[in-house]
Amino acid sequence: MDNIAGKKSSLTWAVHLSVAALVIIWLIPTLGLLVSSFRTVEQISASGWWRALFPAEQNLTLRTAPPETQVQEGGVFVIEGNLFAVAGETPTQISAFGISAREVSAFAPGDTAELRRGGQITVATNGDYRLTNTEAFDGDRGARVFVTATVPPDFTLDNYDYVLFSGDARDGMGRAFLSTLTVTIPATVIPILIAAFAAYALAWMEFPGRALLIAFIVALLVVPLQLALIPLLSLHNAIGIGKGYLGVWLAHTGFGMPLAIYLLRNYMAGLPRDIIENARVDGATDFQIFTRIILPLSFPALASFAIFQFLWTWNDLLVAMVFLIDATGETTVMTRQIVELLGTRGGNWEILATAAFVSIAVPLLVFFTMQRYLVRGLLAGSVK
Amino acid sequence: MHPAFQGLITIALGVGGCVAYFYFANQALDRVLFPARGPNAGRNINRANMIRPWVFLFPALFVLCLYLAYPVVETLRLSLTDRDAGDAFVGLANYQQMASEPKFWEAIRNNILWLIVVPAASTALGLLAAQLTDRIAWGNIAKSLIFMPMAISFVGAAVIWRLIYDVRPDEADQIGLLNAIVTALGGDAQAWLTIPFWNNFFLMIVLIWIQTGFAMVILSAALRGIPEETIEAAIVDGAGPLRIFFSIKVPQIYPTIIVVWTTITLLVLKIFDIVFAMTNGQWETQVLANYMYDKLFRANDWGVGSAAAMVIMVLVTPILIWNVRQVRREMR
Repeated sequence: MDNIAGKKSSLTWAVHLSVAALVIIWLIPTLGLLVSSFRTVEQISASGWWRALFPAEQNLTLRTAPPETQVQEGGVFVIEGNLFAVAGETPTQISAFGISAREVSAFAPGDTAELRRGGQITVATNGDYRLTNTEAFDGDRGARVFVTATVPPDFTLDNYDYVLFSGDARDGMGRAFLSTLTVTIPATVIPILIAAFAAYALAWMEFPGRALLIAFIVALLVVPLQLALIPLLSLHNAIGIGKGYLGVWLAHTGFGMPLAIYLLRNYMAGLPRDIIENARVDGATDFQIFTRIILPLSFPALASFAIFQFLWTWNDLLVAMVFLIDATGETTVMTRQIVELLGTRGGNWEILATAAFVSIAVPLLVFFTMQRYLVRGLLAGSVK
Repeated sequence: MHPAFQGLITIALGVGGCVAYFYFANQALDRVLFPARGPNAGRNINRANMIRPWVFLFPALFVLCLYLAYPVVETLRLSLTDRDAGDAFVGLANYQQMASEPKFWEAIRNNILWLIVVPAASTALGLLAAQLTDRIAWGNIAKSLIFMPMAISFVGAAVIWRLIYDVRPDEADQIGLLNAIVTALGGDAQAWLTIPFWNNFFLMIVLIWIQTGFAMVILSAALRGIPEETIEAAIVDGAGPLRIFFSIKVPQIYPTIIVVWTTITLLVLKIFDIVFAMTNGQWETQVLANYMYDKLFRANDWGVGSAAAMVIMVLVTPILIWNVRQVRREMR
């Protein structure tokens, strides 16, 4: 019915192309992060991630062999060799070289440069160099040479190894990962049962004030949790919970409750009346109806809410900062750790990208495997 | 004891405790308080059934009142008192002090910008994506990919977009995509997040990127719910695709558009993580929730912080009232 006669082919192409463009625009940001997390430090700063598959020009700092290898050739002292061989790197093509950190590409291959300490150096395209001086070279290290070389693409898992397993308190995500997991699972599981009972009462039990209660819950759906920070932190301190896992579990349970009840009530209210009334006639109590009939039938709604709550607690920053993370930072969660890294490691994209990807990998996995329930929950959860 | 282990115990205790509570409360109600036997059996069953809903509701209501209803009242009280003066009542002094701070007005201005731009852009893009993807064979894959940022945390998204906005000194190769494009087109690389006023929009793009998928999913379901006869009738009458979309489809899904719009508006009013992680309110990007966080936890000024929280509360109140009225109308 959308295929209006005569316009089909051109319009369809336009649609395909626009959707492709939208998808690419939406995907590129995440793709950039993913690609960057697998690149080496040098590669990241040498070229944009979109050139990761191509050889890149990169500035390397190499050294000549130490003075002890010098030989005397008719009055001049000479050190010869290959720069890449000295550094133990794979040889590549050099497009320029320099002898000072300020001008790393001052000379073309084959040129001769005057060293400040005296002497001349010539570097060939393949990295072969010849260092000459009329006086003997002293010191115990070779001269520094900066080269601009074309380096092949280089992907590595070292970033993940470092971020996850190095145990570095500042850069490491291993502890924060466990901490996030510890926050998330109880905070997802505990609200479900509490909300399910309440939702059943609101959907299938007759009592005065029911409509008012539903309105109350809908009102609480939109109350900003910002209001709860100070009053509840004071309360937690007053009753001795303080900052810690127990506090953050309770807080997430409270903040997730309105959505849980609302979602589950909507779903339960839509279950067929016959089943429940037949069970009542057969003498089942409300408790039995709930545990034997309603809970199993409500599985899709329970799954929807569980996914929501999981994503929300896993991705949360504010609640964790206020109710969990104390001055020692022992219990820091991944989101907080990443914000810290943005401050201390703002330019170190190999660490930032990897840390961020570690934290978004789990939600992405949940998203792609359980998208069906997520969509269903969204459709049921938006107030109509 | 390792916290993960502690977590497992908490799950067991929490779930076990809930089950035990519901089971034993029911038992107590039916066996001990109002047994369904003896001379008063009938009356007892009725009484038990009057109390049972409240047994089922009690834990949820307790948590709701403690974690959401009580804080509203308590925050209002805190915003009217001075903590340093022993919680003395100070009237509107905190609000006056807040109104005298330029940072507060900057936050208000930026929040208004966010409120105008983000819901409109997300809904419009979502509607476009929904309409386009519904018409092609691989639409579901496309939807899934556009929807994906929904699973990414605001902090993760902040890192993703900081990489796009990254800037290097002029002579170096730009590794941020935006600056690479700008320099390739002959422009100069910019530190996008530090350009006052416009940087707000670079932050908003992050939220639009996340929320478009949400709008698309809901609007796509609404579009598919439109009765086909209305569209066929329009085609017979000779309406073109654009005309059908704007005159037939959009009016029919108007209620859903409002829902999407208000949902994103609520999110925008509370927006915190993106600003906190990307600029922390510097370079004139302050927003209300971050201003409040600054006051509460950096300046330790509970009075002004609570006053800022009350401003957010007042701003969500119209949506709150509208939602409640919608639900009450539906239930009638």
